[in-house]
Amino acid sequence: MRKSFRRAAAAAVAAAALLTAGCSSGTVSDPAAANANQKVELTYWAWAPNLEKVVDIWNKANPNIHVTVNKQDGGDPAVTKLLTAIKAGSGAPDLIQAEYQKIPTLVAANALADLSATPAKETKGDFAAGVWNSVTLGGDALYAIPQDTGPMVFYYRADIFEKLGLAVPTTWDEYAADAKAIHKADPTAYLGTFSSNDAGWFTGMAQQAGASWWGIDGDAWSVKVDQEPTQKVAGYWGTLVQDGVIDNKPMYTPEWNTALNTGKQVGWLSAAWAPGVLAGNAGATAGKWKVAPMPQWDASKPSTGNWGGSSTAVTTQSKHLDAAAKFATWLNTDPAAVAALVNVAGIYPADTAGAAASLTKAPAFFSNQPDFYKVIGEAAKGVGSFTYGPNVNVAFNAYNDQFAKAAQSKQKSAFLSAVTAMQDITVGDLKKSGFTVK
Amino acid sequence: MTTTVSRPGVAAAAAPGTPRRARNFRARVLVPYTMLAPGIILFVLFMAAPIIYTLVLSVQKKKVTGLGLGKGSQTQVFAGLENYVNSLTDPEFGASVLRVLLYGAILIPLMLGLALLFALLLDSRRSRGGAFSRTAIFLPYAVPAVISSLLWGFLYLPGVSPLHYLADRAGLAMPSLLDPSLVTFAICNIALWGGVGFNMIVMYTSLKAVPSEIYEAARLDGCSEVQMALRIKVPIIAPSVVMTALFSIIATLQVFAEPTTLRPLANSLSTSWSPLMLVYRDAFTRNDIFSAASTSVVIAAATFAISFLFLRIVQKRAFGQEN
Repeated sequence: MRKSFRRAAAAAVAAAALLTAGCSSGTVSDPAAANANQKVELTYWAWAPNLEKVVDIWNKANPNIHVTVNKQDGGDPAVTKLLTAIKAGSGAPDLIQAEYQKIPTLVAANALADLSATPAKETKGDFAAGVWNSVTLGGDALYAIPQDTGPMVFYYRADIFEKLGLAVPTTWDEYAADAKAIHKADPTAYLGTFSSNDAGWFTGMAQQAGASWWGIDGDAWSVKVDQEPTQKVAGYWGTLVQDGVIDNKPMYTPEWNTALNTGKQVGWLSAAWAPGVLAGNAGATAGKWKVAPMPQWDASKPSTGNWGGSSTAVTTQSKHLDAAAKFATWLNTDPAAVAALVNVAGIYPADTAGAAASLTKAPAFFSNQPDFYKVIGEAAKGVGSFTYGPNVNVAFNAYNDQFAKAAQSKQKSAFLSAVTAMQDITVGDLKKSGFTVK
Repeated sequence: MTTTVSRPGVAAAAAPGTPRRARNFRARVLVPYTMLAPGIILFVLFMAAPIIYTLVLSVQKKKVTGLGLGKGSQTQVFAGLENYVNSLTDPEFGASVLRVLLYGAILIPLMLGLALLFALLLDSRRSRGGAFSRTAIFLPYAVPAVISSLLWGFLYLPGVSPLHYLADRAGLAMPSLLDPSLVTFAICNIALWGGVGFNMIVMYTSLKAVPSEIYEAARLDGCSEVQMALRIKVPIIAPSVVMTALFSIIATLQVFAEPTTLRPLANSLSTSWSPLMLVYRDAFTRNDIFSAASTSVVIAAATFAISFLFLRIVQKRAFGQEN
């Protein structure tokens, strides 16, 4: 009796020991330096759908540099995992898919390798200036190669516009006039909604107006949220919400999906990736939508912003910087790779030449508009420059909370004070962490 | 008697004919601690170590030099009690505590009152369909809070809610339950729906444990069912009412899933609505694990203090007859 007790206890102790051992074992990277004839194994954390099929093309053509895609849940969890691995000193992959707004945070944690000494630097001409700025942070270093972008455009229900005899808005004044007309014709219908859930959406519109929320000034950061461009955008939407001609409820709710399906949301200011969302959330309305450039502040200088998009970065734990940079360059600029990214992974490529060459046929949801990608391609050329700072997460969170209050209050003044609050919270967080802020 | 023990040195000492002191050591120390080892090891690994690590983190902070970009520009330094001062003086934290206190003040009396009422009704001699009612009231407890919040969220959203549709048809103007003035009640309702069943089962079980002679004696004395419920049953099950109240208070202070799930549906809930949402936001949205750690410690200490205070106040009344 006692004996068996002891044995059980010993077994339990052994099991616990195994458990802890299991926790501490990690992947050990190959320490051997990259040699032209030596086979190199690279791991790549990414979440773009079907990316492994694009990588297979590379693996067939490059037997010496083998890339393994390790599927991630999405942008946020992948970054959290990477930061943990960097802190632990091991376990990070060679390459990671990083959203543009995450790059400063990752650089601050010393997670991303500088590629400016590799041939990847030569890809600058393949991308729009604004996109390139996001991966260099406006400095001399190069932290990632752009992969896809989300240039913002205006989607609208062509059938409803036609029925009401409305012209597609080319300026924000016309957008406001159309919003009024649509809401007047049907008090339950809106041209759009101001969503406090989607900080990236608002950032894209501020970018269009000429905002760049962070800046590097010598050894100090500057925060430029509470300035004219962003105030202009916030005031504009505040007026529309205050007048009741634009809805104030968040996007991506069951209510919003229903409104898209029933024609109560007549338009959507969104990005190049919208067809997938519309097909999923408002499938019944296929063929009724059309795309147009963003309404403009100054029609003579067309511009737009980005909503979403990501890049391919090499981590500081990679032992094969050159091989990884070579793969990242191929993936995002080689014509065959970009074409595969478009057709297999379904993204809108950042590579401008590749986008023009591979995006020829409109997505099925927009089969009524053969020049769909021509409109998007034109818009992508007008993406302005935008610098993200080391605490984008804090600023975006402040957007959620402050603009939720403003949207709920339906007061233009509340929209303007939300911008001020965003600025104060963002600056306060930087100062609290010990950053020098100018 | 020969036994093999894990450590060879001790095994030699434990052989027959060893001095009494060694045998004593084996019986008093080795055997009990070996048996306790699995529990102790698991406790240390998964309870004590994380708690100590939280305490360590709560007195640290991030220090940045220059732009904070690149190797070695961000280091972890000792912060003393700075994080605690920040946590306690943060107006957002104070506001979240007040919101949760209001939420608890509405929820707990309603939930326990209903649970007690249902338990007494089920226990009364005249009730019919007891098994069915019991299951029906208990069932929502089996639905995870995230799922029930999604279900209720759909019912609250005016654009998709059948309740709003019916009210519209009847010509009534129904206010949105997700408006800032009503959203606390909307969350209370979800917690109430999920919580009444569990508390009812706890009370009902202790009612079933009451010896039936007491009821027979009461009936002989001409006691009505209502009198019996108020004068006999409620006082007897007071300890379990106190216990459910304590669990409810703790659950209230830790409310997280319901407001977090409802938040994206409307503009009325902030990411710091409840204290735990604030901790979550600091740790995982703002990447400030240090502030999150200090706020967690404050919440844990407050929960402990409130539970202790509550027990001190009600103990005399509820458990008086047991001492």
